[in-house]
Amino acid sequence: MTQAGGLTLLDAARVSADVVPARAQMATTLGFHIILACLGIALPAIVLLAEFIGLRRHDETAMRLARRWSQAMGVLVAVGAVTGTVLSFEMGLLWPGLMRAYGAVLGFPFGVEGIFFFLEAIFAGIYLWGWQRLPGWAHWWSGVPIAVSGIFGAMSVIAVNSWMNTPGGFTQQGGRITSVDVWQVYFNHAALYEMPHMILAAYMVAGFTVAGVYAAGVLRGRRDRYHYAGFAIGFVPAALLTPFQIFVGDTAARAIAQDQPVKFAAMEYVARTARQVPEWLGGVYVNGHVYAGLKIPDVDSLLVGFGPGTRVAGWDSVPPADRPPVVWLIHLCFDVMVGLGFLLLLAGLWAAYEWWRRRRLPPHRLFWAAGAVSGVAAIAAMECGWVVTEVGRQPWVVYRLQTTAAAATANGGVLASLTVVIVMYAVLGAATIAVLRMLARRWRGGDAAGIAVPYGPPPAPLDEPAGRAES
Amino acid sequence: MAADAVGGILLAGVTLYAVLGGADFGGGLWDLLAGGDRRGLAPRGLIDESITPVWEANHVWLVFDLVIFWTAFPRAFAAVMTALALPLWLAVAGIVLRGAGFAFRKEFTRLTWRRVTGASFAFSSLLTPFFMGTVVGAIAAGTVPANAAHASLSAWTSATALLAGCLFVAACGYLAAVYLAGEADARGDQRLRAYFIRRAQAAAIVAGALSLAALATLHSANPLLYGRLTGRALPLVVLAGVCGVAVLVLLAYGRLAAVRVIAALGVAAVVWGLGVAQYPVLLPGTAVTLSAAGAPDDTLVAIVVLFVVAAALIGPAFVLLYLLQGRRVLRADEDETR
Repeated sequence: MTQAGGLTLLDAARVSADVVPARAQMATTLGFHIILACLGIALPAIVLLAEFIGLRRHDETAMRLARRWSQAMGVLVAVGAVTGTVLSFEMGLLWPGLMRAYGAVLGFPFGVEGIFFFLEAIFAGIYLWGWQRLPGWAHWWSGVPIAVSGIFGAMSVIAVNSWMNTPGGFTQQGGRITSVDVWQVYFNHAALYEMPHMILAAYMVAGFTVAGVYAAGVLRGRRDRYHYAGFAIGFVPAALLTPFQIFVGDTAARAIAQDQPVKFAAMEYVARTARQVPEWLGGVYVNGHVYAGLKIPDVDSLLVGFGPGTRVAGWDSVPPADRPPVVWLIHLCFDVMVGLGFLLLLAGLWAAYEWWRRRRLPPHRLFWAAGAVSGVAAIAAMECGWVVTEVGRQPWVVYRLQTTAAAATANGGVLASLTVVIVMYAVLGAATIAVLRMLARRWRGGDAAGIAVPYGPPPAPLDEPAGRAES
Repeated sequence: MAADAVGGILLAGVTLYAVLGGADFGGGLWDLLAGGDRRGLAPRGLIDESITPVWEANHVWLVFDLVIFWTAFPRAFAAVMTALALPLWLAVAGIVLRGAGFAFRKEFTRLTWRRVTGASFAFSSLLTPFFMGTVVGAIAAGTVPANAAHASLSAWTSATALLAGCLFVAACGYLAAVYLAGEADARGDQRLRAYFIRRAQAAAIVAGALSLAALATLHSANPLLYGRLTGRALPLVVLAGVCGVAVLVLLAYGRLAAVRVIAALGVAAVVWGLGVAQYPVLLPGTAVTLSAAGAPDDTLVAIVVLFVVAAALIGPAFVLLYLLQGRRVLRADEDETR
């Protein structure tokens, strides 16, 4: 076992000189973009919900929330659009081998995504900038295509990722693709669970993130209708979807045990194929031992096949070179994702109980503290899920067909571009958060900050004298 | 057959990105050159209002073109992405800085930050089309090998490629100035109208000169393509020239009614001229043709169907967007803070 582990490490080191920078860069850019993608997919629906309440009930508070969120959405959609473009380029710049071999297969879902990206961008232009002059309901309807195409666009991108996990729908002869069944590619086996899992994740991320902002406000003593409404419009849909997400996730895990047994083995620390496999909660796997983990006998078999006698494939079913690296990372990320999912469920149940018994939101500080971090928790869970999917698929980029090393560019200098990307995205992330915080400050100050012209001279009644830096 | 159709779709996508997205880059260029805070106030205001609601939708054409490229012609795509990695990385960096800078600069209240983010938007509006131009120039010069395994510096630093880069910048500035002159005219702003007419004329002359220079370098860099540009693609090359001259004349006489369409037509003629001259070769200087670039017929047919569906869905949506923008329905929400 130890020897085999050593061999894997050696192999990994040899391969990693080429692939690791490329993978790290893909992970950085994707990990960053996926947060914006979630907000792009689900935030429009939440803004529309607020506007709907505002229009239907002539509710000024909901209307004001919708307008403000829409302004934040404008920034997020723009940053999301450009970071998404980076990924399109990286498909070729980092993974020319993948595109050369399978571009003709995985291109179709991307093409479908393109249509929805268009619709999203066009109607975002109308919705975001139409507040002033479009009549109420016409404006509301102009936002509906954004929310709808967010869902279908996400489905299409996930179609590609799930195809990489369960490839099919094409024939190949001598390294050339000879026929493609585009719908079999689009609705590949893993798509059936990855698509709902990701779309629900996007709604949870967006809902809990919005809720978190207002829960933090409530914690700071801003206990007014505006903050309660802002919290509820984000929290309620996200909390309602959480149990469905847990159900989909559970189904997905069982399907992965069939579709990608080695990935599942890494998720659950199944070293050897066996029956009565225990479930490990937490723990770090090093050289055949699990340290600091909680072992529950038979439960993994029970979860996979509803009986302790269920046989679960271990990673010993494939040669060491075909096993994913760093199993402890995969396992811990899986546990963190599941754990956070249940904590979010708990927060939702708490609110539901309080509403059922007393028709109010829980007054306890602990609840609002949980609410304040729920957005960060949802984002962390989603990111962990992606680590499980992506690292768990290694060493393959297309499962059992092409290795990541074969897909990667042979160009040097990826380390340089990785460095640039990390610096640039750090600045981008900081600036995005700074802009959003500044918007919030401006709204709180009630400052009519309409700046007609970028970096033109400020209009006279600006609260904060522009042009004068803090120094 | 299907490969030819998809080649046409790709060319159409590139044309739309050039005449729509290109103008947005040009807007950034004029923003960069508009001078100090006070002097640049009016033109920057017009540029900002013209770009804001539409740039993201226009930008999607780039993503659309990339997807068609890699789906239909994966081998050629991989070769281009490998050989021309450096200018492509730089263009990507420009895209990020430009989009983010544009979105951020509206929201910052402090002038310093608005300047920093605005400069990020304006400078990258210059760099991005330049590097994209070098990529197209390198392909046209025939310096991308079919089985490129490594990035090449010489591929995109040839005279043709560098001139193409400059031409892209000038063409973006030209389109933007023409569109903005038309916009100022529609608003009855005489001062800005004259301002952008002058710039459109200057950009037209620069772009015309750069086109001729780039064409001349092709004579030695890629004689086959040069021969075809002055052969079977000549009508399109002439059309491009006629459009350019027509725009100059119309601008001089202050007749702006059709000038935007003619300017766009001129740029489109250049794109199609290059396409017709290359046909059926995808990477000049190699044996990579449209039909030999890697995708089976199923994929190509799927792209054609997808394009028809896309045109039916996206076309009306774009018309609605531009219609609302033209009637100045779309503008910043001034009530959001009340």
